[in-house]
Amino acid sequence: MMKVYFELNGEQKYVEIKPGERLLDLLRRLGMKSVKEGCRTGECGSCTVLLDGRPVRSCLTFAAKAKGHRITTLEGLGSPEDLHPLQEAFLETGAIQCGFCTPGMILVAYHLLSHNPDPTPEEVREAISGNLCRCTGYAKIVDAVLLAAERKRKGDWR
Amino acid sequence: MKVVGKSVRKVDGIPLATGQPVFTLDVDLPGAAVGKVLRSPYAHAEIVRIDTKKAEELPGVLCILHHGNVPRTPYTTAGQGWPEPSPYDTFLFDKKVRFVGDRVAAVAAISEEIADEALRLIEVEYRELPAVLDPEEATAPGAPVIHDEEDARGIHDPQRNIAAAIDIRVGDIERGFSESDVVVETTCEFPYVQHVPLEPHCVVAYLDEEDRLVIRSATQVPFHVRRIVARALGLPLSRIRVVKPRIGGGFGTKQEIILEDVAAALALRVRRPVVMKYTRAEEFTSARTRHPMKVRVKLGAKKDGRIHAIEMDVLSNTGAYGTHSLTVLSNVGSKTLPLYNKAPHLWFHGKAVYTNLPVAGAYRGYGATQGYFALEVAIDELAEKLGMDPLELRLKNHIRAGESSPIFEKIGEGREGKAQVVKSCALAECIREGAKRIGWYEKRGKHLWDGPWVHGVGMAVAMQGSGITDIDMAAATVVMNEDGTFRLLVGATDLGTGSDTILAQIAAETLGVPVEAISVYSSDTDFTPFDTGAYASSTTYVSGGAVLRAAREVKRRILEVGAAILGDPPEDLDLAESYVVSKKTGKRVPLSEVGHRAMYVTDQKHIIATASFVAPESPPPFAAFFAEVAVDTETGIVRVVRFVGVADCGTPINPALAEGQLEGAIVQGIGHTLYEEMLISSRGGVRNPSLFDYRIPTAADVPEIEAVLIPTDEPTGPYGAKSIGEIGINGPAPAIANAIYDAVGVRLYRIPFTPERVLRALRTRS
Repeated sequence: MMKVYFELNGEQKYVEIKPGERLLDLLRRLGMKSVKEGCRTGECGSCTVLLDGRPVRSCLTFAAKAKGHRITTLEGLGSPEDLHPLQEAFLETGAIQCGFCTPGMILVAYHLLSHNPDPTPEEVREAISGNLCRCTGYAKIVDAVLLAAERKRKGDWR
Repeated sequence: MKVVGKSVRKVDGIPLATGQPVFTLDVDLPGAAVGKVLRSPYAHAEIVRIDTKKAEELPGVLCILHHGNVPRTPYTTAGQGWPEPSPYDTFLFDKKVRFVGDRVAAVAAISEEIADEALRLIEVEYRELPAVLDPEEATAPGAPVIHDEEDARGIHDPQRNIAAAIDIRVGDIERGFSESDVVVETTCEFPYVQHVPLEPHCVVAYLDEEDRLVIRSATQVPFHVRRIVARALGLPLSRIRVVKPRIGGGFGTKQEIILEDVAAALALRVRRPVVMKYTRAEEFTSARTRHPMKVRVKLGAKKDGRIHAIEMDVLSNTGAYGTHSLTVLSNVGSKTLPLYNKAPHLWFHGKAVYTNLPVAGAYRGYGATQGYFALEVAIDELAEKLGMDPLELRLKNHIRAGESSPIFEKIGEGREGKAQVVKSCALAECIREGAKRIGWYEKRGKHLWDGPWVHGVGMAVAMQGSGITDIDMAAATVVMNEDGTFRLLVGATDLGTGSDTILAQIAAETLGVPVEAISVYSSDTDFTPFDTGAYASSTTYVSGGAVLRAAREVKRRILEVGAAILGDPPEDLDLAESYVVSKKTGKRVPLSEVGHRAMYVTDQKHIIATASFVAPESPPPFAAFFAEVAVDTETGIVRVVRFVGVADCGTPINPALAEGQLEGAIVQGIGHTLYEEMLISSRGGVRNPSLFDYRIPTAADVPEIEAVLIPTDEPTGPYGAKSIGEIGINGPAPAIANAIYDAVGVRLYRIPFTPERVLRALRTRS
């Protein structure tokens, strides 16, 4: 057993981790149930979280790697009372069907817009291409990201 | 209409958008054990000896189940209505294994690691049996018999490995072909493909404070889960509660009871919560697939293009168990042949055979997808032979509103069907709209070159059904709260499709309130009324029908109270904007006043109603699909440049959700057309059981999809609605095959159209 410090959604954490524990299991153990397990082998993207703002597959990341870093899960982006503009856009465009891929999709979209505020549809498709969705056919997810980007450029963002 | 026809936000959207713990495995139950299944390494073997001693001695192991210590009751894993049309050929555990990945034993342990270790410590001695690995050989004399157990029931011919068979004739097929001026014959092959919901199968089973079994499951069929688990474990229904939370996609694979039975058996034995989930590899080896099929279609037509005779001959591979074998087989014909209803001579025949291969089951499209691949390629070939535009050939022959097909009466759900007249059909408009959008006349036959790429366009049409006639039943309860808001309780199962939302819209429209005034609770066998479940494109039509009836009854009761308050007769009153309003005088009273009076003040009663709806018929949605492809003549790569799907689903209750169904189904169909195939080894195992080796479309692979809805008003549907969930997956394979032919002049009869296959076909031709 070892204990590590890290920042989870803006909160300082000091938690015990098990040897070989994956970040996916640690985060779910800490109540971050938005982090989904779809394959456990890094292929589906459902477990995506941000490590210092960059998307990582939490199923392929050791929990120990969080030590001293900043982890963001979907819970850290917005809440039912205070939706993030990306969450608003996903709801508005009908980009959510079953919702299992949604947390990972929103986080990669957040990362995309953090360095490319005006992406083309192709750039959005490329950015989310590591995250699988089986329900939507992606069209409305792309629409949602483009809508959120437009709002971000207009200053409706945080 | 105020609410119906509007793309309102999903009623469960906010919890999903914010990652709330709403899925099956998002609950943490104290003391939960982990359940795991030991799976067969052999395609066909007898279990001679099983020794669990070492595994049981491992600290942390709570229980091991196998054929020697559980009751032996035959059942089917198919979550269908009762009596199930699928054979009872499955046991909780059996002393024989019938495919690589079949169940041998199950372990409950205090952790996943210990459960895995326990599986390794179980000693099993197998006697390997000769296996059937090719459906063509399943019925050959001397072929190994896969279901030789005496207690299986409902198998068509177990000695010949035939799970199900069908033979339907209309008119005189021989005469039909001899009277035809042109005859074409085509055989298309559909391989093993899978649903791949992002959330694998998962379940939590536990005993509640009253010692009742609670099964929290990612299922499309909670009421069938309850009935089938009760049968498998010998429990009364009153001891079981099944709850379906939000689920991460199903597409048919969660219409199967493949985990709930074991989890429940373990939970009853260890008396603590048991959590079970499939790994992604298990999803491929041990969940369900689409039925691989060979479909031969023979078409005869008159010179002027009238289709005169259709023969369809099906060989369906159901794998090691016969789940959905008869009904998927039936659907190959029953959902395709009525589309070309002018043909007086029909012969539909086929069989579903057992093999020692992965088990097929329900998958979106349900046989229609395999049927349309062959039929619509054959139609393209017929058009060519007739020298006609395939679009015109389809327009000339397709069914119209006011028409029928003898097939409706001949083929039902594993039994005879019921005569039905199509009451709404905009297929002709769908075809014309799609043609315009794809640029059919500008692009077809032009072979436009772009470097090594050649462009082509192709099309296909399809229909499906809306629920299963006289079988699918849904019930709904509408409860009025005294403040004028409502609770809607439905057994219907939202698997991500948005059905909770559209059912709320139907209730809101009827009750004259905004959607926000309706809170929906669905799929809990203790608290919601019965519903057969989410399959057969039934929810909007069947469950929606039940909601409409229940809401109308509640409306009637509200108007009675309103009449007492306003002093007007109920027939002069209506509901609008959360008021009871007099249509004559304009006098009105808010619903909150009606509610408080009814509940607390005068002649008190709870305004509540439950209503059932049985599908009186199964009105087909219709769709036309158009693909523009580019084929790289040097590498064989096929790129879908654009895809247009135009559908008539009646009134779209929520257009954005309906479009989403169409878009998603089209992309899933493009997946099996171009990329997806489960590869089977010479020993019967799945060679590519991962998302790395079994590729589904990513956002970067998917072309521009245009999903267009042409509304019609289906008189038997709630607010004119029909279904939309499945139809979209029927179009891509034939439309793309026909587009490839238009581009480069080669016909491909087996999906997926991989570069290797395309290149081989191009070289064979030249």
